[in-house]
Amino acid sequence: MERRFKINDIDVKARAGEHLLDVARRYGFEIPSLCHHEALPPIGACRICLVEVAWGGRRELCTSCNFEVIEGMQVTTDTPAVQHHRAMNLELLLARAPGSARLRELAAQYGVRRTRFGPPATSPLPNCILCELCVRACEQLGNHALTMVGRGDKKRIGLAFNSPSEQCTGCASCASVCPTECIPVKDTAAGRTIWGQTHPLVLCKVCGAPVMTERQRAKAIAKKGLPEEYYDFCESCKQSTASKRFASIVW
Amino acid sequence: MARIGNAKQLAEYRKQVKASKPESRKAIAVCAGTGCKAFGSFELFEAFREALARHELDRQWDLRATGCHGFCERGPLVLFFPDGMLYQRVKSSDVDEIVQTTLKQGKVVDRLLYTDPQSGDAYIKERDIPFYKHQRRLVLEQNGQIDPCSIDDYIALGGYSALAKALAMGPHRVLDEVERAHLRGRGGAGFPAGRKWKTCRGTESDKRYIICNADEGDPGAFMDRSVLEGNPHSVLEGMIIGAFAIGADEGWVYVRQEYPLAIERLELALEAARAKGLLGEDILGSGFAFDVHINRGGGAFVCGEESALIASLEGRRGVPRRRPPYPAVAGLHGKPTNINNVETWANVPLIVGKGADWFRSIGTEGSKGTKIFSLVGKVNNTGLVEVPMGMPLRQIVEDIGGGIPGGKRFKAVQTGGPSGGCLPADKLDVAVDFDSLTAEGSMMGSGGMIVMDEDTCMVDVARYFVGFLKFESCGNCTSCRDGLERMHELLTDITEGRGTDETIALLEDLAATVKATSLCALGTTAVNPVQSTLKYFRDEYEAHVRDKRCPARVCKALISYTIDNDACTGCTLCAKRCPQDAISGQKKGPHTIDQDKCIKCGICRDVCTYDAVRVE
Repeated sequence: MERRFKINDIDVKARAGEHLLDVARRYGFEIPSLCHHEALPPIGACRICLVEVAWGGRRELCTSCNFEVIEGMQVTTDTPAVQHHRAMNLELLLARAPGSARLRELAAQYGVRRTRFGPPATSPLPNCILCELCVRACEQLGNHALTMVGRGDKKRIGLAFNSPSEQCTGCASCASVCPTECIPVKDTAAGRTIWGQTHPLVLCKVCGAPVMTERQRAKAIAKKGLPEEYYDFCESCKQSTASKRFASIVW
Repeated sequence: MARIGNAKQLAEYRKQVKASKPESRKAIAVCAGTGCKAFGSFELFEAFREALARHELDRQWDLRATGCHGFCERGPLVLFFPDGMLYQRVKSSDVDEIVQTTLKQGKVVDRLLYTDPQSGDAYIKERDIPFYKHQRRLVLEQNGQIDPCSIDDYIALGGYSALAKALAMGPHRVLDEVERAHLRGRGGAGFPAGRKWKTCRGTESDKRYIICNADEGDPGAFMDRSVLEGNPHSVLEGMIIGAFAIGADEGWVYVRQEYPLAIERLELALEAARAKGLLGEDILGSGFAFDVHINRGGGAFVCGEESALIASLEGRRGVPRRRPPYPAVAGLHGKPTNINNVETWANVPLIVGKGADWFRSIGTEGSKGTKIFSLVGKVNNTGLVEVPMGMPLRQIVEDIGGGIPGGKRFKAVQTGGPSGGCLPADKLDVAVDFDSLTAEGSMMGSGGMIVMDEDTCMVDVARYFVGFLKFESCGNCTSCRDGLERMHELLTDITEGRGTDETIALLEDLAATVKATSLCALGTTAVNPVQSTLKYFRDEYEAHVRDKRCPARVCKALISYTIDNDACTGCTLCAKRCPQDAISGQKKGPHTIDQDKCIKCGICRDVCTYDAVRVE
């Protein structure tokens, strides 16, 4: 089923059930957001992707990431109200994550160069804006190592029972989706250190570059029923080995 | 207990029960609601039982432990039937005198009657007491009459006849009747129940659920608790009728773990209804099957929000999600789910039993029926009140509530729980209905009503409620989680003397964003206490920031205690009681307070019999 509507007076089309932010971005409209990832379910946490939507006599200020498109609606992405409230929410987030270059840059676009608020009372993970992208990524990968702990002003990202998790494979997807790059991850000879554990790494048999953690490999092999040596090479060496084998057959 | 096979058998069974308990029979109803229980009503009940047996009166008098009668201020309450006499603040030690004087001689024990503190008039009958006289008790009517643990008591008063009627009407006529009654949800938002039911019924699905929201979380609110504790079958009957109309075969009651008595009585009610064939397979021989489970909530305020409640029921974190889709379309486990709160469900048997026209005759144009409020705070008669929609606030506060204690002046009333607004004296004539309250910057909410007197600082009140809500926010949205925390900081700055005009401006600006950009109603309404106090009591905010003065003399950082030398007799009482040893002076000579030591606890002022302690 198709939905037709307007964004900033331009006709657009979308599939029923699609979220507004994804559609708007596909058409090249710029709507900022911090807690959205196209591969993860939206939760509307950061409140930055605000837009104004009008349909059926109603007018609503809402987040576009979790707004399912409606036939015939009129979307405006940059009204004064949108700008004003985006700026205030950015200022609130800036107090949480003053160390994030991406956030500082985005805030500056809305005229917010400093925040009138001090650091939050409780924040065990500096610069975390509680967008939950890490938790959602971890869930989506089927690991469920990360979770939200507490609520309201005590809410934070954490591990179950506050201790190193057996579920964590050390894949570092959490760190890679984090908009403020606040999750510490470090690769050394001993392995990858993240969330209080050091995971031994599988090294490429050709070039010695890290392929993945041993736990990641064990999980992938068990899940997909792959042969043990499947992950012996890093992506680039796997490709060049395959090309060489291909060449030896053809020529 | 035999199953009741059909409507005819139900009517016959009712006749039997009534014959064994005629209405003319004398009965003593001891309130066993949570308030009276705390005052010792269970011991009182046992004392009555023992005394009736000892005096061999137990055949003439039927003794019942009932649900909340509402007049909690005066508990424990004892009501006598059939004439409706009420004794208040009854103690176990009064029982012998009651038996000798009232039960044996038919005379009144005057000291146990309610006496109006202002007029000095004593009242014999419950219905004449001003607290009850102005109420219209429909949902609460049977609370004081029946033993909530007895399904027979409920059936004797016509219970489950509405269910039998609904089964005969068929689902579509029931839906029409509830829609025509214009029953609006009592949980807060006031959404028309009939329309929600029809949406749920109209959504194609192999399975539908209904849910009773009993996650009453407002500080000081106990409406739903009292209905569940006092008349669980009325809620259950409403749910069964709703399930039949909607086409649901499974229901949940989401009730707070902190309500053990409500859970206990609800469990008893479910068992009794199942045994009678009123719940489970083939209800009253109609072929309709429906059962109810109880889920104990962990006490998160946000789980009262329907999408968070469903998440919690599914075993996930209680976090709201964006609607639509509404639960009526995609709710519990993705199936169409109809959620109403306790009071809404309890209204359903009344509507089906007495008809939509009767229901529509009560209330205002936009809000039909009655509404239950827990009336608390600085008011003489605290308790549970049920009034027709549209009654002016003034009548609730002054006539039913009996005004402000200690001759103090009324300052504000907060309606709608922690996220309601505070309305000042000149708004007392506003009609209490969904639309009028919202228009004035407050809300109906689920029915909390907190009265404040001149000794209440409105900035401090706003700070208290924002503090509660920032703690209870699920923490999903930046605007609600961080916005409320920052608002709380700004309000603390104002109450501690660090505020300026800019603090107020920032507070207003921030409140607008929290309201405009939060996902669920917790966030969008959380600013009501701040916005309404800024609107109606701005002068108090300004006194705090400009003059560094708290007009109500509440904010400790802005007040100081001193002793008036002329009034002080040197009795030394204050010096003895001061926990900080901050007061010094000779016996029979004037005393002084060391401001560096004083923690402004106010004990000196409370104990001084010469009114010599001043607060500025």
